[in-house]
Amino acid sequence: MITIKDLKASIETEEGHKEILRGINLQINAGEVHAIMGPNGSGKSTLASVLTGREGYNVTGGSVEFEGKDLLELEPEERAQEGIFLAFQYPVEIPGVSNTNFLKTAINEIRKSKGMEPMSSVEFLKTMKEKAKLIGLDPSMTSRYVNVGFSGGEKKRNEIFQLAMLNPKFSILDETDSGLDIDALRDVAEGVNKLRTKDNAFLVITHYQRLLNYIVPDFVHVMFEGRIVKSGGKELALHLEEEGYDWITEVKESTVA
Amino acid sequence: MDKISQENTDLKMKLIEDFNNFEASLNGQSNEEIHNVRRDAIAYINENGFPTKKFEEWKYTNPANILKNDYVQAFTVPEKDLSGIDVSEVLAESNANVLVFVNGRYEISLSRIVSKGEGIFVGNFAEAYKSHKQLIDEHFSGLAKNEKGAFTAMNTAFANDGAVVFAADNVQIPEIIRIINIADARTGTYLSQPRNIFITGVNAKAMISEEFFTVGENPSLTNMVTEVYCGEGSMLEHYKIQNDGANALHVGSTQIRQAADSHYSNTTISWGGKIIRNNLQAEFAGNNTECHFFGLYLLSGKQHVDNHTLADHAMPNCYSNELYKGIIADKATGVFNGRIMVRPDAQKTNAYQSNKCILLSEDAMNYSKPQLEIFADDVKCSHGATTGQLSDEEMFYLRSRGIPENDARAILLQAFAEDVIDTVKDEYLREKLDKKLIEILKRTR
Amino acid sequence: MAKETEILESVTSSEYKYGFSTDLEMETAPKGLNEDIIKLISHKKGEPEFMLEWRLKAYAKWLEMIEPKWPNVTYPKIDFNDIIYYAAPKQKKKLGSLDELDPVIKNTYDRLGIPLEEQLILAGVAVDAVLDSVSVATTYKEKLAELGIIFCSMSEAVKDHTELVKKYLGSVVPQTDNFYAALNSAVFTDGSFVYIPKGVRCPMELSTYFRINAENTGQFERTLIIAEEGSYVSYLEGCTAPMRDENQLHAAVVELIALKDAEIKYSTVQNWYPGDHEGKGGIYNFVTKRGICSGDNSKISWTQVETGSSITWKYPSVILKGDNSIGEFYSVALTNNRQQADTGTKMIHLGKNTKSRIVSKGISAGKSNNSYRGLVQVNKRAENARNFSQCDSLLMGDKCGAHTFPYFEINNSSAHVEHEATTSKIGEDIMFYCNQRGISEEDAVALIVNGYAKEVLNQLPMEFAVEAQKLLAISLEGSVG
Repeated sequence: MITIKDLKASIETEEGHKEILRGINLQINAGEVHAIMGPNGSGKSTLASVLTGREGYNVTGGSVEFEGKDLLELEPEERAQEGIFLAFQYPVEIPGVSNTNFLKTAINEIRKSKGMEPMSSVEFLKTMKEKAKLIGLDPSMTSRYVNVGFSGGEKKRNEIFQLAMLNPKFSILDETDSGLDIDALRDVAEGVNKLRTKDNAFLVITHYQRLLNYIVPDFVHVMFEGRIVKSGGKELALHLEEEGYDWITEVKESTVA
Repeated sequence: MDKISQENTDLKMKLIEDFNNFEASLNGQSNEEIHNVRRDAIAYINENGFPTKKFEEWKYTNPANILKNDYVQAFTVPEKDLSGIDVSEVLAESNANVLVFVNGRYEISLSRIVSKGEGIFVGNFAEAYKSHKQLIDEHFSGLAKNEKGAFTAMNTAFANDGAVVFAADNVQIPEIIRIINIADARTGTYLSQPRNIFITGVNAKAMISEEFFTVGENPSLTNMVTEVYCGEGSMLEHYKIQNDGANALHVGSTQIRQAADSHYSNTTISWGGKIIRNNLQAEFAGNNTECHFFGLYLLSGKQHVDNHTLADHAMPNCYSNELYKGIIADKATGVFNGRIMVRPDAQKTNAYQSNKCILLSEDAMNYSKPQLEIFADDVKCSHGATTGQLSDEEMFYLRSRGIPENDARAILLQAFAEDVIDTVKDEYLREKLDKKLIEILKRTR
Repeated sequence: MAKETEILESVTSSEYKYGFSTDLEMETAPKGLNEDIIKLISHKKGEPEFMLEWRLKAYAKWLEMIEPKWPNVTYPKIDFNDIIYYAAPKQKKKLGSLDELDPVIKNTYDRLGIPLEEQLILAGVAVDAVLDSVSVATTYKEKLAELGIIFCSMSEAVKDHTELVKKYLGSVVPQTDNFYAALNSAVFTDGSFVYIPKGVRCPMELSTYFRINAENTGQFERTLIIAEEGSYVSYLEGCTAPMRDENQLHAAVVELIALKDAEIKYSTVQNWYPGDHEGKGGIYNFVTKRGICSGDNSKISWTQVETGSSITWKYPSVILKGDNSIGEFYSVALTNNRQQADTGTKMIHLGKNTKSRIVSKGISAGKSNNSYRGLVQVNKRAENARNFSQCDSLLMGDKCGAHTFPYFEINNSSAHVEHEATTSKIGEDIMFYCNQRGISEEDAVALIVNGYAKEVLNQLPMEFAVEAQKLLAISLEGSVG
């Protein structure tokens, strides 16, 4: 589904160029769940930003192919229309815009890009009801303004609800577990699990292993200083939880050597 | 324009005459740099005259009411009478600096300076000019320029005494500096013009309180200018407690410049005096500065208090917060004119302002003008203003618990005012303010 | 005094008799303003004598007045002698069909969703092509007449309803109120007149028909609306379609009078030519709008959506004279490029238990400046007055300015006055969030701005709210990023 080859990216800082991604290679197929773990500052969130086209990141090398298309050529909304979804680490508040209105606009824009007619109001409301139930979202949230006055947990839940509504092919969950208590974490994870199919794929970015107890990944990658330094199965996450990240330095040195 | 200058001709002529006398009394000093600044100031007044109520800045406070008395400038009066002026209560607290000014003139016999040593100056203007001439030359009128208005220029023209506080780089003055300004209105109608300069160097720290009292019943006018320079990373706590007599008038202008990472906090409490006009203006000359303005005005009789504030955000990432509260009884008038200016480069500014006012009588008045002027887009600014009375529900709740009406009112008003008094970090002063608040509220109906 | 009037009359009438006889055939007055021009206007319009006197009085006062200067508005000085104050209504060149219309304008009409019939009229397509809508208009007029509602041009009202005009014209905005009101009083050419009789509820928005016929009212428009006891009217002025006009200066006066238990709802959508990107050639819109709730329990509500003009200067106000009367002001003012807007309201509380509500939403983009300036005044006898003001600013880009200047003059302890203001921006993070959900920048701006302005747009009549929403989005095109 998505093939990332030797992806390099930098940001502008006051001290000049700073390279954050130093050659990422990753292949994710339909039906798979991949997790990326790593210490703070290793470039995990930058990868999410570069894949979704956030401004302020310069791609300095490599390629990303999504369903046969050159992803890096596309505008952020075009990537979303192609089926890429990012569950934000810090979802923004949009005052005055109701969740319903927001999602309706998004869905119809995506449909328009595919040459489809806008969804009828009846169908939209029906879908919204279904998905809210599926995710365990209080239906009254849909009439509230996007994330305005939401608690941290409500915001994250709302991200997963949007994921359910937009039904993307490839979803990136950026630190979705941060700021969630254990009950909320379980609810959010269960929501994601219900949305897993053989046709879609997930990339779960997390610092801790605990989310991966609930969303069980097929592959785990460890990221350090802008590179994937180790890949393995779900047991790698447990190993990280026990050992911490200190041992990566050694791994990295041995890799480089 | 003609009409405006006409009205002030007499005053102007008198000031120019005063200035000539003042100049003559300076002898050799009249050739020095500082005096050129004074000359420019008197020339400014000569040219521009005084504002009238037609000026937007003086819309609700008529300058004519301040200027109408036939004042004698205090410096022209040689004799002084310190009998009956008692500051023993302030002096009782041993680890505080006490600087006493009577009609704007420093009284060394009533004062006590405890903060001395390397990099510290606490004293009066004349003394500072002797020992720290360069410092004064550099800072005098650096902020309080003539363009700030005729009252500021009038102070500059005659500036010769006042309080000076200086903490050099990395110097923290441990003791509070208490400046006691006494208007002696027992024998004449005086105009005093103290000039204060407060300077905190890089990472320096100081706490200054100014208190104002009056003895005697004649009208008096204190036209004060304070210049405050906060160096990088420095901290300054500044309190102004206006406790003057029923016929005392006060025009005060406080100009602050904050360098990067500095922290300035001002609490102004006005409950004594006939007419008060305070100008409080801070400009942020560096990143990440923090500035707080707190004010409380508790007015009765025919008192008139006008607070003008300006938080001038010229640099990014600065924070300003302002809370002014008023309780107005009888036929008193409160004016609040707060302005937040966010200049084009001042991105990531956070600026908040709030004016809350309670009117206690039919004839009490409040004019509130909170202004936002914003030229940068990445900012968080808000202001709010409320005017009203005590909540009926709260009153009823207290009374239903057996508290008599007057006590209930006093309790609620005290809670309302306490927000501002609590911002005073000096315990001695805060306790004194609390006592005074309760005393005033007991008589307020 | 009486003698003076007599002398004035004899002088004016004699001048009139001899001074202008030859010029009466003129279609257009020469440039400039003097008493003769005013007499010409009055004569051309066949006005009764009182009207001419009224105009001349205004003119005399105007001569003594000084043009106002506002701190946040700058423009080149207006030469009042370089303006033509009277021109016979010009016939626009009629088009054969909409196909002949400038495709850019046609496109804008379509995007605003203006019905085809109205497009034809706006574009000035020959009348026979739009017979339908004219006949609809005629039906409306008949229906209104049945109810005793007078709805006509100001010119007709001066002649046919002289007593009403005499009684109310200038009663809310006196001739001497301000510089531009005085000028308008002297030279106004036309406008509309509405009279709703006692107890009548006007059954339709006085808009759907009228906005089409609003052309030719000229640059000095004068509007007078009187709602008698217990009556109700909703009036809509302006148009979402972009309006170009040769006249750079527009100085209208609108007066509303609500008697006991009456309610007037006045909505404006203003989209005059704002000038090019550098602000050249745009319209100066200096308007005096004021209503009086003169009877108990009356209500006046102003709603405005201001997107046009290079300079807007207006403060629709309400004098709350009657006990329990209510004044409302809902405003969205959008400025882009080099536009300048200085707008707000005055709520003057005089009666007991009066209430006012102010909701102002400013949107600044480009290099524009947007100011809210408002006054809430509670007078001594206005027991239990209530006011709530909310003034928000939304900034797009870093070259624009948003300013808030509220004045509160509270002279009664039973008053309860609350004001809140916030400033926010459409930030890159919000934009990216929308993009990431597949929403394009343009649609995201529309979504956010309409959310922001919703409280005001909700006050507009339904079909206008929809158009106004689209108008806001179109006006902001290209202003993010």
